[in-house]
Amino acid sequence: MTERIGVYVCHCGSNIAGMVDVAEVAKWAGEKLASRGVVVARDYKFMCSSTGQEIIQKDIKELGLTRVVVAACSPHLHEPTFRTACERAGLNPYLCEMVSIREQVSWVHTDKAAATEKSKAMIAGGVERVIYNEPLEPLRVPINPNTLVVGGGIAGIQAALEIADQGTHVYLVEREPSIGGHMAQFDKTFPTLDCSACILTPKMVQVGNHPNITLLSYSEVTNVDGYVGNFTVTVKKKARYVNTDLCNGCGLCQEKCPKKVIDTVFEAGLGYRKAIYRPFPQAVPKYPVIDRENCTFFQKGTCKACQKFCPTGAIDFNQKDEYITLQVGNCILATGYDVFDARRISQYGYGRLANVFTSLEFERLSNAAGPTGGKIVLRDGVTVPQTVGIIHCVGSRDKHYNNYCSVICCMQSLKFAHLVKERTGATVYNFYMDMRTAYKDYDEFYQRVLEEGTLFVRGRVAEVTDAARLPGEEGKLIIQVEDTFIGKQRRIPVDMVILSVGLEPRRDAKELGKLFGISCAAAGWFIERHPKLDPVATMTEGIFIAGACQGPKDIPASVAQGAAAAARVVGKIQQKEISIEPIRASIDKERCSACRICNNLCPFKAIRFVEATENEPAYSEVNPALCQGCGTCVAACPSGAIHGTAFSTQQIIAQIDGLTSLKPGGDGHGARVEAEPVPA
Amino acid sequence: MRYSVFPGCSLEKGAIGYPYWQSIEAILPHLGIELVEVDDWNCCGATEYIALNRMAAYALVARTLALAAKTDGLREMVAPCSACYLNLSKADTYLTQDSVLAEKVNRALAAGGLHYHPGSVKTRHLLDVIVNDVGYKAIAQKVTKPLTGLRIAPYYGCLIGRPAFYGQIDDPEYPVTLDKLLRVLGAEVVDYPVKAHCCGGHMTQISEATAFDLIRRLIKSAADTQADLIVTVCPMCQMNLDGFQNAMNRYFKTDYRIPVLYFTQMIGLAFGESARALGIGAEIVDARPALSRIGVEVPPVEEARPARRARRPKEALPMPVMPEEEEEVEL
Repeated sequence: MTERIGVYVCHCGSNIAGMVDVAEVAKWAGEKLASRGVVVARDYKFMCSSTGQEIIQKDIKELGLTRVVVAACSPHLHEPTFRTACERAGLNPYLCEMVSIREQVSWVHTDKAAATEKSKAMIAGGVERVIYNEPLEPLRVPINPNTLVVGGGIAGIQAALEIADQGTHVYLVEREPSIGGHMAQFDKTFPTLDCSACILTPKMVQVGNHPNITLLSYSEVTNVDGYVGNFTVTVKKKARYVNTDLCNGCGLCQEKCPKKVIDTVFEAGLGYRKAIYRPFPQAVPKYPVIDRENCTFFQKGTCKACQKFCPTGAIDFNQKDEYITLQVGNCILATGYDVFDARRISQYGYGRLANVFTSLEFERLSNAAGPTGGKIVLRDGVTVPQTVGIIHCVGSRDKHYNNYCSVICCMQSLKFAHLVKERTGATVYNFYMDMRTAYKDYDEFYQRVLEEGTLFVRGRVAEVTDAARLPGEEGKLIIQVEDTFIGKQRRIPVDMVILSVGLEPRRDAKELGKLFGISCAAAGWFIERHPKLDPVATMTEGIFIAGACQGPKDIPASVAQGAAAAARVVGKIQQKEISIEPIRASIDKERCSACRICNNLCPFKAIRFVEATENEPAYSEVNPALCQGCGTCVAACPSGAIHGTAFSTQQIIAQIDGLTSLKPGGDGHGARVEAEPVPA
Repeated sequence: MRYSVFPGCSLEKGAIGYPYWQSIEAILPHLGIELVEVDDWNCCGATEYIALNRMAAYALVARTLALAAKTDGLREMVAPCSACYLNLSKADTYLTQDSVLAEKVNRALAAGGLHYHPGSVKTRHLLDVIVNDVGYKAIAQKVTKPLTGLRIAPYYGCLIGRPAFYGQIDDPEYPVTLDKLLRVLGAEVVDYPVKAHCCGGHMTQISEATAFDLIRRLIKSAADTQADLIVTVCPMCQMNLDGFQNAMNRYFKTDYRIPVLYFTQMIGLAFGESARALGIGAEIVDARPALSRIGVEVPPVEEARPARRARRPKEALPMPVMPEEEEEVEL
């Protein structure tokens, strides 16, 4: 055995030492693993402290260590710390191996003797494994300074502006004809009640005019290739049928178009638009689009009213979808959310009972630019409600639909209560499970609404019905609810019901995630790299997420994330090049049978198939810059042709041998059997 | 289509649900369904037994399931009564999930020389079989006397959709299969807001006041929607709504007269079967005035003109768009 190995056992205060006899483990390793090359084994209170690291560095220099094993927390936390420590002492950082005796031992066991034994076994595994570690050099790739932002809601707008202001170029891709997202649909924002459009539109205008932003509205990303620093993105620019070089945005076409359509997107189904339309007056860009499905000319071949009246001749019925290719270094996904489909809870009667509205419908109803000019009325368009019931948690915190809390609904419902009271003087009931008014000035707003006289009933609403039974219920919607404070069933007749529907991941979030090589959690939200410490990065280098696509979020949180993602991207751009972990798979061409099993399994699209030529049979090959070293292909390859750096078969088998070298139920004094020679 | 059948006590000759059975027998040939009665079946335990003695209740059901498993090798059993359907599917599900319970129950069955492999017989409600196995299209083709002109409140009761041991056959809170079926038969179906509410079950025997209140909700709502009659899928619902309607009227000093018939009777009428063959006439609240609208006096082939819908006021906001509107079945 030529390697000289140092073993370091961390107490982590009492985190590990409380459940594992660390001194005993270190002593055991020093004695019993000496035959495997261990020349020194120490325990220390905090290995990650400067002093702890210095101990390792001193040993490397003085004892000539060639391998280091640190038994401490999970490598997710301190692997970089110890690798850097080794590097400072002149040892290749990849010759340092971590053994997790905190997350995998002390935190999950209650029997100290057994935990101590398990720690020994795991250290034995780490020692066997580290023998086969290879010195590696990190890969360095240049970073393209351009950035792609997907989604033109408030999070995407914020991210785009931050990056563009700093001086590099941004491509902002938006699916709808205008940027603005959900925020553009709202009337007021909680808790300050400032006008949503008034604070949003200046930012939209800035995006439209910014020299560093290319705005691609009415467009969708269709393909993403490449890797951090060097992505090639294909964007489909849907045909607008309006020549944007000529159009001056006068809106005459919209006025003259004879075809009226229910606007299910911007007006949430509560208002109409034309077949040629701009979703709202402050839209950015100002150019309208023709909705081909509903356009009389496209469907019947005659009409062309818009073309006849257009003063600049901008209407072009022959426009085709256009595909453009962008080169970018980083991508930010800020694709937002969809609202829960209230029809799924049939007992609330949405779609059946006319005066049941969703929260998004109510936003339009109360919006001064909305279909009623901000008048809060029933679906007949004239009657002002005298009693309004607002139901919280519709589709949220419910095991039948979504388990999670949608975060915004409590505050949104309070805002509605305030607006209804202010504009109609109606009696307002809120039906809630728990009031969640965390964050700055939110609870103060709750108290204000309480003082305004809004009534609160704690209980899950059982049903909304028009089946009148008791006096005073005729012609009303009756909300049947258990008032859990008084422990009684109540029937509350109201004129209008507002369902505060929850937020859901975009219907196509999974496909989009696949396109960019990132994944969605069980509920469908994009997964961040770390829920607390790295909330806007993802497991794929160069892909960031911001806003509600990562989880339900209100406007302040979305803006913060947009800015955070931008800061991360700017930081990357300023590095000019990036070093990537050299933990990669590689394929032995000679042994590859060209079966292509690995091609589709690779979650990062890193494996390319090379067709057979005259001189050479076909084979698959790994692009090391794309590969994230997950090991899926290594395990799947039927010919054993794929080698995972830092996770070689040799290393894994050696580690298992180490792990199993202790007799179960041993006396704790290293009943180590001599390991069989590891098969190469 | 061949199934075994568990009629249940309430469909026995002389029992109040017998007309249900008569109408089932009358329409089976039209639907191409053959039912083989499980030999020597016993009571399902109704709604109460399980609350008194669980083990005995499971064993009681398991006996019928064991016998059903021996019926002609049929793997699916039809239960026309919602309570039977619930008890049979519930016990089978619990026996499948809990091997200890299954073993205990089988020990009890062994006393009678029987054994039941949990999961070997699937119980299905008759409505499920008719709408899903026969299908609306096939039914539509058989309609000779459409129920045009009859306003019907479709009543499902609470047991058919909840808690769905074998998976949901319809929306538990707002089911629609019976609505669709009745529309296929030509009837006008009202939006019956209490369609999945409780009929009172056996509360009539325990607390009249509670039962009458529950019954009144259902009857009043049907009257409010101007339904000519209520159509039900369960003999217990039929008994409560029909048999106790007059008692309820006396209790509340009201005067409702809404007849309550079975969906199978409606299918039979639309297929041209005679009222007598379908057991119509045995109901307590007379259905004749309602049925006279489609019976002898009015030639049924003529399609009634759809009622003109009230013009929506100009300011009216559109109703929510329902992209997945149910597909209409052509007659």
